[in-house]
Amino acid sequence: MNIVVCVKQVPDTATERKLNAKDNTLDRDAADGVINELCEYAVEEALKIKEAHGGEVTVLTMGPDKATDTIRKALAMGADKAVHLVDDALHGSDALSTSYALAQTLKKIGFDLVILGSESTDARTGVLAAMLAERLGAPQLTLARKVEIDGSSITIERLTDYGFDRVQASLPAIVSVVEKINEPRYPSFKGIMAAKKKPVQTLGIADAEIDAAQVGLSGAWSEVADFAVAPPRAAGTIVKDEGDGGAKAAEYLASKKFI
Amino acid sequence: MAEILVLVEHVDGEVKKVTLELLTLARTLGSPSAVWAGPGYSEAAKARLAEYGADKIYVAGSQDIADHVVAPKAELLARLVSSASPAAVLVAATAEGKEVAGRLAIKTDSGVLTDAVGLSDALVAEQSIFGGGVNVRSKVVKGTPIVAVRPNSTAPEASAGAGAEEQVEVELSDAAKAARVVERVAQDKGARPELTEAAIVVSGGRGVGSAENFAIIEKLADALGAAVGASRAATDAGWYPHQFQVGQTGKTVSPQLYIAAGISGAIQHRAGMQTAKTIVAINKDPEAPIFELADYGIVGDLHQIVPQLTEEVQKRK
Repeated sequence: MNIVVCVKQVPDTATERKLNAKDNTLDRDAADGVINELCEYAVEEALKIKEAHGGEVTVLTMGPDKATDTIRKALAMGADKAVHLVDDALHGSDALSTSYALAQTLKKIGFDLVILGSESTDARTGVLAAMLAERLGAPQLTLARKVEIDGSSITIERLTDYGFDRVQASLPAIVSVVEKINEPRYPSFKGIMAAKKKPVQTLGIADAEIDAAQVGLSGAWSEVADFAVAPPRAAGTIVKDEGDGGAKAAEYLASKKFI
Repeated sequence: MAEILVLVEHVDGEVKKVTLELLTLARTLGSPSAVWAGPGYSEAAKARLAEYGADKIYVAGSQDIADHVVAPKAELLARLVSSASPAAVLVAATAEGKEVAGRLAIKTDSGVLTDAVGLSDALVAEQSIFGGGVNVRSKVVKGTPIVAVRPNSTAPEASAGAGAEEQVEVELSDAAKAARVVERVAQDKGARPELTEAAIVVSGGRGVGSAENFAIIEKLADALGAAVGASRAATDAGWYPHQFQVGQTGKTVSPQLYIAAGISGAIQHRAGMQTAKTIVAINKDPEAPIFELADYGIVGDLHQIVPQLTEEVQKRK
C-alpha cells in the first residue's frame, strides 16, 4: 500500500507567534519551527497501517527550506521517504492554494491512502483534508479516532459532537486523524541515524505541474486586510479561599448576571 | 437585496442555536435564506427559522444527505450558489461546518474564511488567531465569500422573515456518496447543551483527581445550564470522554462564561478557550498560568469551592 502522510511545519505554540507586517503572512523566523502536533499522530497511524498491511510510507510537505527539519522528524519515526514541495511562488498560499498544490503533487506521486492531522496549530482552518478529497475525487474519511483497513475497504470512527459515526469507503481515500487515535512513537537513535540516509525528493511548482497563478499571495482566494496584536486581558481579581470561596464566586457570577 | 445563504445545523429535527445566530448576522448583510439539508424538516423548524429572519427556506430532505459524509451538503450549497447567486454563504464554524465550507469553496471557485468572530456588511471577517493573541481582518477576493462563523459570536435576536419554502431535489454525484455512514453511535449525550455552542462552559482538569470526581463539575454545570469540558490531562487520564476536550487538539469554545476548575492553563488548553468573554478560575496553585487570564480567580481546593458554588447557584435560582 502506498501511504502518503501530509505534514506541516508550524511555529512552536510555546513561543510567541507573529504575522509579518510586510505582507500579513506567518512570520516563520519569529518562532521555532516544529512538526504540527497532529501530524505526528498522522505519521504514527501511517506506520501502524504499514506494519499491519505492508507497503510504503511517504512524507509530503509543502514549506520553505527549513521544513526539512520536519521531514527528518517523520523519517526518524520510521517513514520510508519524503517529498518536499518547495518554491518561492508558494509563499502566502491560502487553504485553497495549498490544497491545490498538494493535490497536484499527490496526483504526480500517486497514493492508495493519504493521511493528515485534522488541523494545524497555526491556521487551524481544519479544511485541508476535505479540500483534498474534493479536489482528488476521493472519499473523505475525516476526524478519525480509529482506522481499520480490510482489503480495499476502509472504515473509520469519525468523531462527532454526540459520539462517533462509523464511516466506510473504498481505497484510495483521504483520512484525517484526531489526537485520540494513537500515541506517536519517539524516534529511536537508530531511526534518527537511518533518517539521514533516506531519500528526500525536492519538487518545485513546475515539477508538480502547479499553475503559479493559483498559488502564493497573488493566487490566493482570500487575503488578510490587516491585523493587530490583541490587547492583553486586564488583570482580574484573585482571592484566596477562606472557606467561603464558592460563595464569593457566586456573588461574582451574580454581579455579572450569570445567575 | 442579495440573498445570504445560511446552512442550517439541526439535530433530531431541532434547529441549533448557532443557526439562529447566523440568521441574525445574515440580516445585517442581506436577505437570509436558510438551507435545510437532510431529513427532519418540520413545521416547527420552519417557524423557528422564519422567526429569526429567514426570508426563504430551501429544503433538501433526502436521506442520502445524512448518510454520506459532508460532500452532499457541499453539492447542495454549490447548486444554490449557482442558481441564487448569493452575496455570501454562512456556515457554523464547527468541525463539519468548516469541512462543508472547504469543499464548497472548491466547487464554486470561491474563497473561504474560517472561525470568523465577526463579519461586516462589506464582508470583512474578524478572526482571532494564535489562541486569541492576534486579531485579524480578512476578506475573500475570488468568487462568493464563504464564511464559517464561530458559535456565540452573535447574540441571536428574533425578527420575522417571510419563510417562503422551496423544495430542492438533489441528485448526488457518485463522488459525494463515496464515504458512507454505516452506523451512528451516541455517547454520553445527556441533556446538556453542546460544548462548542454553550453560553457557559464548566471545565475540569488534573485537579479534579478522578473520573468519579467529575460529578462535582457536572453538578455545577447543570446548576448553571452549562456544558461540561475537560482539559487534555483529564481526557488522557480517562476521566472524561475525548469529545469534551477543550484545547489545541480538542474543541475551541468561545462562551460568555468559562469556569476552569483544577486546570493549570497550559498553552495547549488556553488555545481552546482564551476567547471566552468572562473567565473564572479555581486552582490550588496561586502560580497557575490560568490566573493570568482569569477575570475572577479563587486560590483553593476545588473540591470545597465547586460544591459550595453549586449550592449558592441553586439557592439563587
